[in-house]
Amino acid sequence: MNKTSAITKKIGSFLFDNKVMIAFAIVCIAAIMLSGSSLSFIVDGVFTRITRNTFTVLALIIPVLAGLGLNFGIVIGAVAAQIAVFCVVNWGFGGIEGMLLCVLIATPLAVLFGFLVGKLFNRMKGAEMIAGLILGYFADGLYQLLFLVIIGGIIPVDNPRLIISGGVGVKNTIDLTDNLKYAIDSVRMVDIVTVFFYIILAVTLIKVLLHFLKKYELKKNDFIFFGVVAVAFGISYIPTIERFLSTDRLVLLNALTIVLVVYAVIQIVKIVKLLWIEKEEPKALIQPIAMLLLCGVIYGLTYLPKIEQVLLFVKLPVLPFLLIAGLCWFNYKILSTRLGQNMRTVGQSQSVAMASGINVDQTRIIAMIISTVLASWGQLIFLQNIGTFSTYGAHTQIAQFAIAALLVGGASVQKATNKQAIIGVILFHTLFIVAPQAGKQLFNNAQIGEYFRVFVSYGVIALSLAMHAWKLVKKKEEPAAENSLSE
Amino acid sequence: MKTIKTIYENIGLPRLIIGLFFIFLIVASIALGFSSAAIFSDVLRRWLMYGTLVLAMVPGIQSGIGLNFGVSLGISAGLLGSVLAMEISFVRDWPQILGAGAPWATLLLALLFGVVMAAFLGIVYGLLLNRVKGSEMTVSTYVGFSVIAFMNIVWLSLAFKNGELSWPLQGQGLRNTASLAGSFGGLLSNPDTVKATQPPWLHWLAFKVGGVTVPLGLILLFALLCFLVWLFFRSKLGIAMSGAGENELFTLSSGINVDQKRIQGTAISTILGAVGIILYAQTYGFLQLYNAPLMMGFASVASILIGGASVKRAKISHVLIGTLLFQGILVTALPVVNEVIEIGTLPEVLRIIISNGIILYALSKTKGGNV
Repeated sequence: MNKTSAITKKIGSFLFDNKVMIAFAIVCIAAIMLSGSSLSFIVDGVFTRITRNTFTVLALIIPVLAGLGLNFGIVIGAVAAQIAVFCVVNWGFGGIEGMLLCVLIATPLAVLFGFLVGKLFNRMKGAEMIAGLILGYFADGLYQLLFLVIIGGIIPVDNPRLIISGGVGVKNTIDLTDNLKYAIDSVRMVDIVTVFFYIILAVTLIKVLLHFLKKYELKKNDFIFFGVVAVAFGISYIPTIERFLSTDRLVLLNALTIVLVVYAVIQIVKIVKLLWIEKEEPKALIQPIAMLLLCGVIYGLTYLPKIEQVLLFVKLPVLPFLLIAGLCWFNYKILSTRLGQNMRTVGQSQSVAMASGINVDQTRIIAMIISTVLASWGQLIFLQNIGTFSTYGAHTQIAQFAIAALLVGGASVQKATNKQAIIGVILFHTLFIVAPQAGKQLFNNAQIGEYFRVFVSYGVIALSLAMHAWKLVKKKEEPAAENSLSE
Repeated sequence: MKTIKTIYENIGLPRLIIGLFFIFLIVASIALGFSSAAIFSDVLRRWLMYGTLVLAMVPGIQSGIGLNFGVSLGISAGLLGSVLAMEISFVRDWPQILGAGAPWATLLLALLFGVVMAAFLGIVYGLLLNRVKGSEMTVSTYVGFSVIAFMNIVWLSLAFKNGELSWPLQGQGLRNTASLAGSFGGLLSNPDTVKATQPPWLHWLAFKVGGVTVPLGLILLFALLCFLVWLFFRSKLGIAMSGAGENELFTLSSGINVDQKRIQGTAISTILGAVGIILYAQTYGFLQLYNAPLMMGFASVASILIGGASVKRAKISHVLIGTLLFQGILVTALPVVNEVIEIGTLPEVLRIIISNGIILYALSKTKGGNV
């Protein structure tokens, strides 16, 4: 009896904690069913949008951690990226070299912008979100001034592909087709493996050097890691694998298989560890075994013709997904560093942080710089995937949509995780893809669906901002009420 | 020396820069050969066009909810009132039955609908804002956006018979911009319309003196609204409301229901927003639906801040000065810019930079590093 009530309580609190996400998932499923779109179309669209947008959404997490709330100022990072893209296209670079040059230009710009935004936010503590929103519009104004008037007007740029013919100012759209389009997406897996190997090789060599200079102590793990990477690099020379790796897209079926195999191997290692090294009770094995079975079931499902068809249809660009995974890892790892801990403390209470000797203002500025730089990289991924750079529109909605996606995943002004970001992107963009069709089926008007999704993106932000503010008011009132009682 | 310093402090740096810029633009446009009468008419028209929307900021600021970005709520109510009134006027065939009175009846009905809906929405909105004390501006911005997005769906689903409102041959959905020429457009401000549709004894509503258009009807109405708001803040109710905005604890201890005062202030602000958008449409001659009013709240906020208001204090003079400066710059910049560098969008860029810059400036002044 007790056990069942505990379980119901657990389920209840799960439902309550994830209410936004669940409500949104229901809306999404209803919209999918109404739209009547084919599953391949939806899954393909969702994965394309995950490629494009997840990086930017993940860039929002660190400011939330540091107590700066939802960073509406990521628009400024996007602006930095767009200035870089313009320069690179103007100079005639393209491909992955052009993209690296973009990163090289965008990063220092974003660092500078992030520093300035951080400085400004330190003057407006408690009003960062509204300030960030207005700052985004303000930055948009300055950006338009730069691209409409200063470029071509004051700085002479003579490039008929970029400048409005017979006038000043940059064209409305810049075609990236034969320069930066798919610059990141089309990097072959072989090249990724090779570059990764050489980086690890260099790092290991430096470590060895430092070891002999007595600056660093080599650990066993360093060699094991290098060994694994080297073996992987060696394997990539086997003809069949080399052929497989020399493509730039991964069929979703293969990607899923790889993920499942890796996950299963991890679970098996866990079981082995638990059973023979830690000598745990058999009870502790339930979870890994269940996960193993789940992997098997999912793999089995891929043999259903309908699902297989979808999985074979969708092709993933490899490098963007690796970059997204890398950022997730970074967001996760930063928590265990000193900087991450400081951010957390600042986020929870600035006075406590101050009392324990943390430089609050500096920590906040660092958080803003990181977020702005990440947002600028996110915008680069977005632009190279979309392939046309809408000069005056590409950045205007990014904060809006990224924040809405994060909130849909169940995040709040004070708490956001990688998982919430990814779930949020999937749900939010599913709705974006199916809403017009659903609107067409339901009201005989696709436009209504389009307006509905915009309404949802604004509404979800309004709702979560209001709920956050409400909580703050309640928190303020509670201690006051307790005080008056004790008197 | 001291007096100059006090004057400077009273005006404030942003207002000084913007004021000087405005004077510079006027001088430049006259030097470039534009007729000063036309410039004056344009500035006057735009001043009155936006005046009431900016006036709607005063009760919000005074009652303590801060800069009311959520005035979009009132704007939506006003627009909805207008389209309903126009549809009723069309269905009942008022132009045939009432003749010259039809535009008046439509205008009054629009105002009535708008005010009633705005009052209701304003009260609900005020209740919400009382729950989110301290974060009103962030919440109200997004409530404003959401309302506009929601109204987009409403505009698209309404099936009206009036051909000036709905798309032809679709049976559903309203136009992006609906002409008010056959309705109350220009009734108080356009000399040609007044001459064409109204009896001679009403021709004083709008007339031309030399090259200058004098929209006397609109001037009187706007002056009346300003006077009413001014009077209100001198009444017992208004003073209590200002008190609630200025110092919540003190007001609470003197037995005033602060939350109620805030709701009243929000409701009045929303109602003025509804009246404001109707007068705006009346002057402009077109009803702008869908996303057109999305950033109007920002323009209103920026105007009153340019006029010298702060997040906690606003007066009628701030409304008048701010709207004149902000709209004046936008009106005069266009011809000057076109003459000098031929970039038609520059005034729009200027608008974005000035309005958001001034809001940022005001925010940084009020929230100064308090933990």
